[in-house]
Amino acid sequence: MADTNNVAKTDKMNLSKDMFEVVGKDVADYEKIVRPSLTYWADAWRRLKENKLAIFSLILLIIIVVMAFVGPKMRPWEYDYQDFTVINKGPNSVHWFGTDELGRDIFVRCWEGAKVSLFIALISTVINVTIGILYGGISGYVGGYTDMILMRIVEIIYSIPTLLWVILLMVVLGQGLGTIIIAISITGWGGMARIVRGQVLQLKQMEFVLAAKTLGADSSRIITRHLVPNTMGPIIINLTFQVPGAIFTEAMLSYIGLGLPEPYASWGTLAQRGARLFLIYPYQLAFPAVLICVTMLAFNLLGDGLRDSLDPRLRT
Amino acid sequence: MENIENKERLLLDVKDLYVSFDTYAGEVQAVRGVTFHVNRGETLAIVGESGCGKSVTAQTVMQLIPMPPGRIKGGNIFFEGKDLSKYSDKQMEKVRGKDISMIFQDPMTSLNPTMRIGKQIMEGLMKHQKLPKNEAKNRSIEMLKLVGLPNPEKRANQYPHEFSGGMRQRAMIAIALACNPKLLIADEPTTALDVTIQAQIMELMKDLQVKLDTAIILITHDLGVVAKVADRIAVMYAGVIIESGTSEEIFHHPQHPYTWGLLKSVPRLDMETKGRLVPIYGTPPDLFAPPKGCPFAPRCDYAMKVCKTYGPVRTNLTESHYTHCWLQHEWAPKVDDKFAKGGAV
Amino acid sequence: MTNNNKVLIEVRDLKKYFTVGRGLTLKAVDGVNFFIREGETLGLVGESGCGKSTVGRTIIGLYQATDGEVIFEGMNVAQLDKNERKNFTRKAQMIFQDPYASLNPRMTVTDIIGEGIDIHGLYHGHERQKRIYELLELVGLSREHASRFPHEFSGGQRQRIGVARALAIEPEFIVCDEPISALDVSIQAQVVNLLEDLQSNLGLTYLFIAHDLSMVKHISDRIAVMYLGAIVELAESHELYERPYHPYTQALLSAVPIPDPEIETKKKRIILEGEVPSPVNPLPGCKFQERCRFVEDICKKETPQLKELRPDHFVACHMVNKINNIK
Repeated sequence: MADTNNVAKTDKMNLSKDMFEVVGKDVADYEKIVRPSLTYWADAWRRLKENKLAIFSLILLIIIVVMAFVGPKMRPWEYDYQDFTVINKGPNSVHWFGTDELGRDIFVRCWEGAKVSLFIALISTVINVTIGILYGGISGYVGGYTDMILMRIVEIIYSIPTLLWVILLMVVLGQGLGTIIIAISITGWGGMARIVRGQVLQLKQMEFVLAAKTLGADSSRIITRHLVPNTMGPIIINLTFQVPGAIFTEAMLSYIGLGLPEPYASWGTLAQRGARLFLIYPYQLAFPAVLICVTMLAFNLLGDGLRDSLDPRLRT
Repeated sequence: MENIENKERLLLDVKDLYVSFDTYAGEVQAVRGVTFHVNRGETLAIVGESGCGKSVTAQTVMQLIPMPPGRIKGGNIFFEGKDLSKYSDKQMEKVRGKDISMIFQDPMTSLNPTMRIGKQIMEGLMKHQKLPKNEAKNRSIEMLKLVGLPNPEKRANQYPHEFSGGMRQRAMIAIALACNPKLLIADEPTTALDVTIQAQIMELMKDLQVKLDTAIILITHDLGVVAKVADRIAVMYAGVIIESGTSEEIFHHPQHPYTWGLLKSVPRLDMETKGRLVPIYGTPPDLFAPPKGCPFAPRCDYAMKVCKTYGPVRTNLTESHYTHCWLQHEWAPKVDDKFAKGGAV
Repeated sequence: MTNNNKVLIEVRDLKKYFTVGRGLTLKAVDGVNFFIREGETLGLVGESGCGKSTVGRTIIGLYQATDGEVIFEGMNVAQLDKNERKNFTRKAQMIFQDPYASLNPRMTVTDIIGEGIDIHGLYHGHERQKRIYELLELVGLSREHASRFPHEFSGGQRQRIGVARALAIEPEFIVCDEPISALDVSIQAQVVNLLEDLQSNLGLTYLFIAHDLSMVKHISDRIAVMYLGAIVELAESHELYERPYHPYTQALLSAVPIPDPEIETKKKRIILEGEVPSPVNPLPGCKFQERCRFVEDICKKETPQLKELRPDHFVACHMVNKINNIK
């Protein structure tokens, strides 16, 4: 026999007999999706916004890029203008970052250098990424022997240090902007290729790819509609990490003299010139060095943030 | 209100437990006022579908939920009279493995892949019972024999990846029972296993329960497994227990429409072929926004206006059988759901 | 429940072997024979490693058969060229197991369901959209779901999207590869009912692959029991349950728990000892020899073939008469 012995509780409720009329299930409601629709990118952006460090880095990078164009215009002289009356002057109200041993304004040179360094980094990264995606994508998709051979080639290229490649290229092509870009590109695409290959290998097995095949999709459709969109996440993350690598490689090469010739100002060449007088005039090295470090750090922090926000498993 | 048969046999007494998770979208109320108890040596099955909160409840007893983002909003977890919800981490460490043990669904991820099986059993023995190494080793081989693994000496020296799925589950049971805990919580222990292996493992657990007088909380969605081993059953839906009783009461005299729905939607081997299954239409509610009133109302064929306004109060049907449903109220129409033996209607 | 329609698909001595390095061969499917009539559901049941999924995928063409034939409407689909294969995909489709991996997370529901339509150029523009809405409603979803992404749906809903995708190109034959294993119990019934309704309304033929014997028995007309790459018994569903002849089938049926405590506690259990052996480099003779209680010498030498013991009831076992006391 039923025993509704919670009279105390029911007392507090407003019960009446007509409330016990059967109405049945809620046909309209039960398939409804309550939460608002979020595409993959909208969701990633929302998560990125929560990462204060990543957003800060993003803003910082935007400022640096803007300054690369605006900065030199803020002073009335060119980056290669030499004024022998103001040699090796420290930072002051006229020359905000001071001058170097040829009387050139370091502020303007730093921002011109930003243009060059970022340009090199961006171009070589774009080349890297393109080669990497194609190479890794084909290797992963075709698989088998082809994959094995292609991967061995990558390993061989990588076993030769960047420096050797650069020297080799310089001997053949001579020193210059093009040489540096090619050098960085040749030695940078392996990482992206491996990542894309890994993703493709994994995705190939997934049931939605099998479903597409079962529906009659051909290879190009599978690659463009199924494999590539699902690799975008890792590609973007890796891309973000490639850029600081390229900046650093250029800086390093220029520093040891294998980089851009005079009068090109890149952060690397600025650092190189500054290093020579470091003990007496530390500011000449300090400014380009800080710019290099800050830019690299910002890219790395942004990359970290992107990695977290693009990973579907870490969604809260 | 509840009549507990034998107070000395009472082992675990969970009262009005509330557990929530704080996510970016807000608070997700995973467990919303759950009360149940387990006596020594008996098997309580907590049955429900994914998202009903059964795993969260079990893990909260063991204090395995990370807090944050989880938190115990209210209620008590009395184990042998002491409230575990107030225990510190250090105090819980003394309880886990020794008084209460747990085994999980996927033995591959619950066993340490870099540690030999024997060593994993010895760990608990040496920590909780302070056994010296060689004694612990002997005991671990005994445990492997107890769980039915042939060649226990050889197996003790092997790694998890050298075991098959069923064997790994046995190894997990050996680890869990090594220190002879009073309560074993088994969270979907056979869901990932083949049906013939599942039969072996369930036989083993029943056997060990009798030998070691261990109480078992079995969490599962498989009604067949429940019929085989459970003494008592608690049916959970959307974070609340909507019906609870002995195995006989729940299978043969269920009183809640959700229980009817479950029994009707499960195909039985002994029913006529091509009989019609009656599903429960719709999907369980998102616990981020639990509906007002009874959580099952949107999917219930017998939902009344009152169900959408107020959460149903508890009705005690017998000493052991209770349910939360407005159909039990004296003003509700009499419903005679002829669901027969589940499956074919 | 005898179906007298013509045979739609016939599998003859199908074999699928994989090389797993160092000269070891994994014989996933080792000589499988069966046929399915139009409008019928054949259940393929067995435990992990028995090869049932491989059979399904080989039939549909995702794997290349090592040997044997798959005759569909007179053609051997195991050996097809590109164009013929495209035609075949219009007639035979597949529903997959994992609702979380079987839909492209970057595509909207409209695109997912529409992909088959696009590949075969069936409908365009307005017509296409109309057809997609129809399909959504057919599987119990609604128009407003069309622009959403897979991650916004529950497992059961995703499976239904998968069904809509398969139906979009109007196939005759669907391989259902464990379509409900990953779903909750009450949702399983939804999807199974949907499949049954579609079958009676559209005249579909199913190969239903699963390990849940209760569900397979419910939905199938006939059932084939697989063990380690071979079919050990094949019979009508009810007949298989009433009169299982193969010792593995007997053990399997005994192990399936019935949701009724009275029956469960009284049941005489046949507990199968040991573990499922590996399909890599199997022993000669019967696949079941290592776990069989009735094994004799002949079982270790000769592979038993499927023999018709009763009308439409086939068993592959040397000792079958002895085990079941049949003259």
